[in-house]
Amino acid sequence: MDGLDAAITILVGAIRAGTPLVFAALGELIAEKSGVLNLGVEGMMLVGAVVGFMATVATGSVYIGILASVAAGMLMALIFGILTLSLLTNQVATGLALTIFGVGLSAFLGIKYVGTPITGLKPLEIPFLTDIPVIGPLVFGHDLLIYFSFALFIGVAWFLYRSRAGLILRAVGESHDAAHALGYSVVGIRYLAVLFGGACAGLSGAYLSLVYTPQWAENMTAGRGWIALALVVFATWRPGRAMLGAYLFGGITIMGLHVQALGFEISSHLVATLPYLATIIVLAVISRDATKIRLNAPASLGRPFHPSA
Amino acid sequence: MQYASPVIAAGLTMIAGIALFGALGTDPFLALYTFFVMPLTSLYSIGELLIKATPLLLCALGLIVGFRGNVWNIGAEGQLTMGAIASGGLALAVYGQDGPWLLPLMLLAGALGGLAWAAIPALLKTRFNANEILVSLMLTYVAVQVLGHLVHGPWRSPEGFNFPETRTFGDWGQLPILLEGTRLHAGVFVALVVFLAIWLFLSQSFQGFKVTVAGQAPAAAAYAGFSNKSVIWLSLMISGAAAGLAGTVEVMGTIQQLQPVISPGYGFAAIIVAFLGRLHPVGVVLASLLMSLMYLGGESLQMSMNLPLAVTGVFQGLLLFFVLGSDVLVRYRIRFIRSHQSEPA
Repeated sequence: MDGLDAAITILVGAIRAGTPLVFAALGELIAEKSGVLNLGVEGMMLVGAVVGFMATVATGSVYIGILASVAAGMLMALIFGILTLSLLTNQVATGLALTIFGVGLSAFLGIKYVGTPITGLKPLEIPFLTDIPVIGPLVFGHDLLIYFSFALFIGVAWFLYRSRAGLILRAVGESHDAAHALGYSVVGIRYLAVLFGGACAGLSGAYLSLVYTPQWAENMTAGRGWIALALVVFATWRPGRAMLGAYLFGGITIMGLHVQALGFEISSHLVATLPYLATIIVLAVISRDATKIRLNAPASLGRPFHPSA
Repeated sequence: MQYASPVIAAGLTMIAGIALFGALGTDPFLALYTFFVMPLTSLYSIGELLIKATPLLLCALGLIVGFRGNVWNIGAEGQLTMGAIASGGLALAVYGQDGPWLLPLMLLAGALGGLAWAAIPALLKTRFNANEILVSLMLTYVAVQVLGHLVHGPWRSPEGFNFPETRTFGDWGQLPILLEGTRLHAGVFVALVVFLAIWLFLSQSFQGFKVTVAGQAPAAAAYAGFSNKSVIWLSLMISGAAAGLAGTVEVMGTIQQLQPVISPGYGFAAIIVAFLGRLHPVGVVLASLLMSLMYLGGESLQMSMNLPLAVTGVFQGLLLFFVLGSDVLVRYRIRFIRSHQSEPA
């Protein structure tokens, strides 16, 4: 029974640790499917995290905090959209700029909030259901945002592959010239996709600062935005695989902590490198097949669109 | 005309700064004076300006080679850290028995440390097609953790009262001070040598030409038979070695030991420096001085007006936005038109 309990703890921990990655990766996936590579995920997450935290402190409501995070993520994405879509700047450089800006801005905004305690979003306690052994904690014991992430996944998957709007989005990402010739507003659709990505990154930040570890610390995302970007590549731009990958990474993070708790003499610094090393290894393994990546990646990814007529 | 956009960008950042300080309720002009002018008013602080510009310049010089060739090494911070670990490790290994030979050997070790760290994304990109942006960035987090592990554990100074720092390097592990009364050390000469080397490489050598062609016209490069793999290797090796030297110079000259944090983000700020300097060695020299001034300005604001140091980060991000954004004015002619529908098809 002890082994089972430990397994459940690890599984629940993996889902919790993976959820910020789920949000960020699903958002970036939609943006990339429309042909826009936004490397600013980390920056959008950080600003989302700090703004959500500030709003929660100011209003006392975690829910308002979450909404504020989403809005902040979208505002950051809007800056990126204006630069890359309207001013046609280089997407890679602009994404880097967005991250650098987000790191600075979040540190600046959050300076008075380091160490401020808040009550974060608590896991649900459904009478009877949560108490069922095994199934209870796995199915009924999560917080609301985790359930929302499941819903978001279903929504994104349905949108991309089962809806007309999703088909148009993918068309814009594959060939913006063809989509433009058919009369679709390439730039408008890309704005919406980028904003969706920003909203998701903001939500991901909210999950970190309001649920996972309810506090604000400078640079608290610790590279998760970049891992989310790598996840989109691992997933070969498919939402289901992105979700699985996110939990896998959550699992790796949690395992590292558990190995330490079991009393193995491993430096916490070296344990902390595990998710990054895992990202590199998986990225190399998945990308090895260059043809597969080329076939799956949106064909217009990263290319600026400038209508000539 | 393309040289105007960095100037426009600097001006716009200044205006944004006035707005930001105004919103914070501080006197914007006093704040701008404290930020941009006060750091230049004493000999000591001019020394500081050059000290901070040195690692920025070294990192950015390496990066422009890659950025010209469309190779996006954004892990200069990690390569800088590895360079510091390699050269610092050498200084600690021969502690107490050093000689004049240590100085050049440490520089070499640091360059090799950065180069080795950059070889990983190069290998994974050329052999496994793995995105160099993500790999080099992930390796930055790994390098910082490795440094943390070393200074908290095996390399911690025996005389350090359990502080997470190593011993101070021996006399030959430190770069000489150039100017009495300042901290200005010989690292600026290292940066100067690398500057000349990169300038010659980009403007005179065939290899440098290949890199530029590969970036500006990949199809033409392929048609001419230029190997894309060698461009990737070359630009990552150069930028890795330069960043490694930056870390080495920083620990040999400025810090003189290893600490958990040896760089306030020089490797990332160097990306901004590279773009602000228009990917040209001379431009990068000017841009690194401006960026260094921004670091000093942040410190001077913190000391004399009690504003948070993070202002620097906000300005850095804004500056890069403005550089990239104002390029549109260089590359396109803006026309305001009523509507697409009203035009004949």
